[in-house]
Amino acid sequence: MRIFETPLYPYERSPDQDAAAPARHPVVVVGAGPAGLAAAVDLARRDIPVVLLDENDRVSYGSRAICFAKRALEILDRLGCGDEITGDGVTWSRGRVFFRDRRIYEFDLLAEEGHRRPAFINLQQYRLEELLVRRLRDLQSEGRPVELRGGSRVTKVEPAADSVLLTVETPEGPYRLEAEWVVACDGAGSTVRRELGLEFVGQVFEDNFLIADVTMKADFPTERWFWFDPPFNRGQSALLHKQPEGLWRIDLQLGPDVDREEEQRPENVVPRLRQMLGDDVEFELEWISVYTFQCARIDRFRHGRVLFAGDAAHQVSPFGARGANSGIQDVDNLVWKLERVLRGRSPDSLLDSYDAERVPAADENILNSTRSTDFISPKSETSRLFRDAVLNLAETQPMARPLVNSGRLSLPHVVLDSPLQSPDADGLPGRTRPGSPAVDAPVDDGWLLARLGDRFQLLAVGIDVPDDEPGLEVVGLPARRHPLLDERYLGGAPGALYLLRPDQHVAARFTDYDPERIAAALRRASAQETDDS
Amino acid sequence: MTRLRTEPNIPDGDGFYEELLELHQGRSKEESDSINARLILLLANHIGDREVLREAMKAAADTGL
Ligand SMILES: Cc1cc2nc3c(=O)[nH]c(=O)nc-3n(C[C@H](O)[C@H](O)[C@H](O)COP(=O)(O)OP(=O)(O)OC[C@H]3O[C@@H](n4cnc5c(N)ncnc54)[C@H](O)[C@@H]3O)c2cc1C
Repeated sequence: MRIFETPLYPYERSPDQDAAAPARHPVVVVGAGPAGLAAAVDLARRDIPVVLLDENDRVSYGSRAICFAKRALEILDRLGCGDEITGDGVTWSRGRVFFRDRRIYEFDLLAEEGHRRPAFINLQQYRLEELLVRRLRDLQSEGRPVELRGGSRVTKVEPAADSVLLTVETPEGPYRLEAEWVVACDGAGSTVRRELGLEFVGQVFEDNFLIADVTMKADFPTERWFWFDPPFNRGQSALLHKQPEGLWRIDLQLGPDVDREEEQRPENVVPRLRQMLGDDVEFELEWISVYTFQCARIDRFRHGRVLFAGDAAHQVSPFGARGANSGIQDVDNLVWKLERVLRGRSPDSLLDSYDAERVPAADENILNSTRSTDFISPKSETSRLFRDAVLNLAETQPMARPLVNSGRLSLPHVVLDSPLQSPDADGLPGRTRPGSPAVDAPVDDGWLLARLGDRFQLLAVGIDVPDDEPGLEVVGLPARRHPLLDERYLGGAPGALYLLRPDQHVAARFTDYDPERIAAALRRASAQETDDS
Repeated sequence: MTRLRTEPNIPDGDGFYEELLELHQGRSKEESDSINARLILLLANHIGDREVLREAMKAAADTGL
């Protein structure tokens, strides 16, 4: 039996089902996909009691996401399962681009040095989810307050004054739960979203894609191959991508108005794959499915005590691998805020910043994936003319290659105007400006990000500061010992102080030590600021 | 501030115009359209200044018709 057919968290009766009144929980997470699992793991690590509900009892069915980007991997490091996940993935850097019947160019993505994690890995989504479930089980056995309830479908959501009432359907009938906060991670078809009557606004692309996973019988290069308008799929595109365990992912664009059943028949799929891979390549078909997609989001991700994350909040086309990656980043942004609010350390307005910071991130993802879609599937004669011009030029003119858009790698969103940020200091490097996630760098025998925790902290490079600000840990490092740290955090400055949030994002930075300004920036970053100072 | 040069700048304009027509001489509409698209991309890359390109696009769209 394949992993996605194995029940990992079968339904079990919970004492809540026999309670006289609905049991009250600080946080209920709905949906155990990548976003919901990451949320539950992060909450449990912080000792916030969490109940994770899923209508199913296993990882996501079959082939979905395969590409996980560096920022998501760094977050998974913070959650304590980055080594397993990165270790199971495959990395690649070489790619080929084909146009019609020609190979037009090849490329090598030379990754920047000095990061613990690669720019991305390829790993089956079900494998990532399995490793997150395992991490959650480990936390449970350490006594952390987390419960994963399978076979538990949320059917009704009723916001009340200081809580939310959930109705949960189980194989033994329904019961009710009271949640102080609900994190809705129940995917693109979100029940919670529908229950709150929220619109999912966007564009449904009238396009179908066939996904096939194959194993190759012989060696095949670990490269990404992308075809525009190939002979075996006229007028459409195709993608070949490596997955772990000798598996290859093939994506064939089918266009609108296709007979989905017919397209999925192996006798129709195999001849196409043969044309694509060449007659001498022997392969075996492991998986076939057809999907359609949309680019859409809800207007706001916070609705009172319900917080939406992942596909429940926004959906993008698969080009550029942004779905699961951005869901994990949503959770990274949300969970520390929820912890502070639950512990009474910050007012609940801190949660409004989740909205202010993640809605623009979703828009950026939607923009990027819409641009890729427009390049891959030109919508008019003129856009096809320019698309083909780019591809024809790309064969001989390097200038055209950056315009070829078969999906852009998911990069972390830099928040430009968050209410939690303080004005920037002059003269420090742009890539670590307020709003950016901390950039990794080698320090001593390890990595900077591993030295940073998930509390508020002051990274002090080349400036001595006393470790006496309450609620702020100091991570001190010398200047001029780690060249990449200097390059990424100092530029030409002799020293710098970085106020980092629990999600390792830069909230403020300074070139000299002024405890007043640091305390003010900390108040602002935790939404405790009452005046405009 | 406009950055797009709109005063005459091509030496021997008549010669340039002739070359442009020669480029399309005897070609189908489809071939010519493709060549024009590639030409725009090559020139745009050469210019490389987003502001100038934006002004040129606007000037092209706002005149004639
Ligand atoms: C073909 C394809 C390729 C993709 N490639 C990539 C890629 O390379 N990289 C990438 O980052 N993303 C990719 N994506 C997108 C990615 O799969 C999704 O973005 C991701 O699964 C979203 O995670 P999620 O946790 O928000 O939701 P989901 O994974 O959809 O999880 C939702 C969970 O909620 C549960 N649920 C639903 N309703 C209820 C309910 N009422 N009560 C209880 N539980 C409920 C479901 O059982 C499910 O477990 C791809 C998607 C497709 C289809």
